[in-house]
Amino acid sequence: MEFGPHLLLATLEGLVQASVLTLTALGLSLVFGVMRVVNVAHGEFYMLGAVLAWFVTSMIGGSAAIGFMAALIIAPLLVGLLAALADWLVLRRIDYDPERTIVATIGLLYIIQQVTLMTYGPDAHPVAPPFNTRLALPWFEFTDGGLSMYWPWGLSTTSYKLFVIAAAIVTLLALWMLMAKSKLGLILRATQLDGETAQAFGIPVEKVYALVFGMGAALAALGAVLVVPIQQAHYLMGDDPLLLSFIVVIIGGLGSLRGTVVAAILIGMSDGIISVFFTPTLAKILATLLVAMVLVYRPNGLFGAKPA
Amino acid sequence: MRKSIALHLGLIALLIVLQFVLPAYHHGNMARIMVMATYAMGYNIMFGYTGLLSLGHAMFFAAGLYGMGLSVQFLGMGVGPAFGMGLFASLTLSLVVGLLALRTLGVAFMIVTLMFSQTIFLVILYFNPYTRGDEGFVIQQSVRHIFGLDLSDPTIRYFAALVLFSTVLIGTLKLVQSNIGRVFIAIRENEPRAKMLGYDTWRHKLLSVVLSGTVSGAAGASYGILFGYVGASFAQVPYSIFPLLWVLLGGAGTVIGPFIGTLFMFYLIDLSSTVTDAYMLVVGVVLVLLTMFARNGLIGIVRERWAKWLP
Amino acid sequence: MAAVTLLSTRAVSKTYGGLKAVQNVDFILPKGEIRALIGPNGAGKTTFVSMLCGRIPVTSGVIEFEGTDVTALPDHKRISLGIAYTFQITSIFANLTVYENVALAVQRHHVGSDKNLKIQTKIALARVGLHPFSDQTAGDLAYGHQRLLEIAMGLGQTPKLLILDEPTQGLSDGEIDAFKTLIRDVAQTTTVLLIEHNIDVVMSLADQITVLNFGEIIAEGTPAQIHANAAVQTAYLGGDDA
Ligand SMILES: Nc1ncnc2c1ncn2[C@@H]1O[C@H](COP(=O)(O)OP(=O)(O)OP(=O)(O)O)[C@@H](O)[C@H]1O
Ligand SMILES: [Mg+2]
Repeated sequence: MEFGPHLLLATLEGLVQASVLTLTALGLSLVFGVMRVVNVAHGEFYMLGAVLAWFVTSMIGGSAAIGFMAALIIAPLLVGLLAALADWLVLRRIDYDPERTIVATIGLLYIIQQVTLMTYGPDAHPVAPPFNTRLALPWFEFTDGGLSMYWPWGLSTTSYKLFVIAAAIVTLLALWMLMAKSKLGLILRATQLDGETAQAFGIPVEKVYALVFGMGAALAALGAVLVVPIQQAHYLMGDDPLLLSFIVVIIGGLGSLRGTVVAAILIGMSDGIISVFFTPTLAKILATLLVAMVLVYRPNGLFGAKPA
Repeated sequence: MRKSIALHLGLIALLIVLQFVLPAYHHGNMARIMVMATYAMGYNIMFGYTGLLSLGHAMFFAAGLYGMGLSVQFLGMGVGPAFGMGLFASLTLSLVVGLLALRTLGVAFMIVTLMFSQTIFLVILYFNPYTRGDEGFVIQQSVRHIFGLDLSDPTIRYFAALVLFSTVLIGTLKLVQSNIGRVFIAIRENEPRAKMLGYDTWRHKLLSVVLSGTVSGAAGASYGILFGYVGASFAQVPYSIFPLLWVLLGGAGTVIGPFIGTLFMFYLIDLSSTVTDAYMLVVGVVLVLLTMFARNGLIGIVRERWAKWLP
Repeated sequence: MAAVTLLSTRAVSKTYGGLKAVQNVDFILPKGEIRALIGPNGAGKTTFVSMLCGRIPVTSGVIEFEGTDVTALPDHKRISLGIAYTFQITSIFANLTVYENVALAVQRHHVGSDKNLKIQTKIALARVGLHPFSDQTAGDLAYGHQRLLEIAMGLGQTPKLLILDEPTQGLSDGEIDAFKTLIRDVAQTTTVLLIEHNIDVVMSLADQITVLNFGEIIAEGTPAQIHANAAVQTAYLGGDDA
């Protein structure tokens, strides 16, 4: 394949990655933005989303599409409820103290992961995509006769991958509408600015927190349900998304939703490109170090304002 | 003061007696617990006394472990000098990490240490031809000798672990009762005030990181020598979480707490492993319960209720 | 007696965003004086002295201590030169004992044996009358006693310049009398810069008074001069006398 078509293919693959990463990282960012706590168990909520998707699809049976659509709704909902419950039972009781919350969510991480291991087991299971038509893609080139279109061999994607991208965009838009236009969004933003004042104005801050924590986890779960037809569900699959989400949220500026989206797209897209040039381990080393250095020297993220 | 010296010397005496009476299985466990408790004591200097919560101490443990192990493997050193190399590696690493990470505070500090530690783990994997990656490598029994003593012999291993443990235990006791130790505590309690008393808090924090990292490295190097194995799993996230857990359980900011926490956790996991393979579940549950109900840990509770003098 | 200048500032300013908390303050503090710094709430008193002790950086201007420019010196170094600051909003080591709090203050500057450290600490505690509470947890003390602990920590530092930010706030009348005696005693060896709202304390202790309003010095002089100053009356004392 020539360079142009090859790039288009890499871009499409990158976009799929970026879509899932955006949703997952947004969940983490939302929680940090509103509640000022870091949820280390975020990757496990992602994993739960994938595992639940497998449970739902294998229980419903029948056509792959119906099972998958059911999973798309049920899995994030259940995960969100579970997270809200964890918030109510644990985080609320430690007053959302930032350091203790990290320790407690590390505990939650192991609880969720190990309970999954004990019930779901150590094996990976696939989930069938609802539809998976192969779509050939055209490419253009200049010939003597001007611009002409042709169909390079191997340049194709699947309808499901396009669906993932579309689903992420729709979710993003919905979330943006929610934050910017709805009353709930107003409440969230008020709580984010100053929890105590919000409380004084009669906002039930504790309930808002539980809701936000649930929403954050549900976003991760949604990302996982979308990814599970491409990648199998496994009880350890939460590690990488956690790390990547951390990277995204830190680069994008802690708690900034817009920065998170930009960083997620950038990193999701470049992930594939970097690993073409480096071994995956070296790429990970560089990425991890970069994040540490950004936190050290630019605590507001690469796109955030310079610290005073 | 006298009471606390009696308590800590008493613990050491008890451990000496235990060497002669413990059945073989628990005897082996106790040697391991003493080395890991040393790691926890190192962690405690930073977290318990200075109030700096690191999520990346596995890198210091691993620096000691690999500094020692690679020196044996590729430089043909004896375990004595190799132990020195382990110390040097962890000291250097903690100095560098301290200089960088201390520019951040609180949650950012936690994440930065986590990221640095993850980097070290990946570096170990990357140099797979030397480190043998996940698989790790064995320190041959023939090398594990010092002063003509065979460190793989259970009795000698026990005493070697005890020497390490006692040195760090008494060292920590001395440290926290010294002027420097009091400044560490002042920083933990109220850093701006400590500054306004004229203390260079940044320098003290750096010292705390270096001491903490080096003690952790000593534990890592000793672990490799006494148990003969060097592997990347010791550089992974769980090994950063364990010392935090041990210290929280035993009591952060108490000299004896890390040992108590390590002991309890070890046997808790040991017992649970007869029921399930998912022993990390126990770790998770204990972590959550501790943050919710017992912030001060076991010894912290004892100190609050009965023995305010506990250092 | 030609007064030796201990501390001086030239055109010191601090702005927060658009707010000029302190503007162009020229200030000279001779050695051995008790100087009171007064002014209405929000006048910039705390901000000004915080710049002196290095707790917050200046926006512009120069600060000299014993003739050397200390403007760029970090806080802990400046404190080491012999400046002590007691916080307006009580800032103690709440989980440590009263004794340990003061010992930390003494320890920084003291040379000699551990025994000497103990003695110095006990002396500082006794001077403010807190010696019966040595082994209590500092956070458990009554509010007034926590204020006294702040002062004891200041004394424990044996500074050349002791800056007290509203030390009598929350003290009983009896404690205020004891405080006045204490400060007169301290002033034998130490220069004192005292921010105070209690006019009675100011009038009876201060050699000189500096009045700050909206971040600027509007008057300076002896208690009698300040009492007679019309600008001060309207800006500040007026409210009290009327
Ligand atoms: N960190 C800050 N950020 C923004 N504004 C500040 C800050 N600190 C103080 N200010 C403002 O600067 C001005 C001076 O405050 P300052 O605390 O110095 O006054 P003060 O004279 O000590 O008052 P008080 O008698 O109430 O203690 C006030 O308007 C205050 O709101
Ligand atoms: Mg003030």
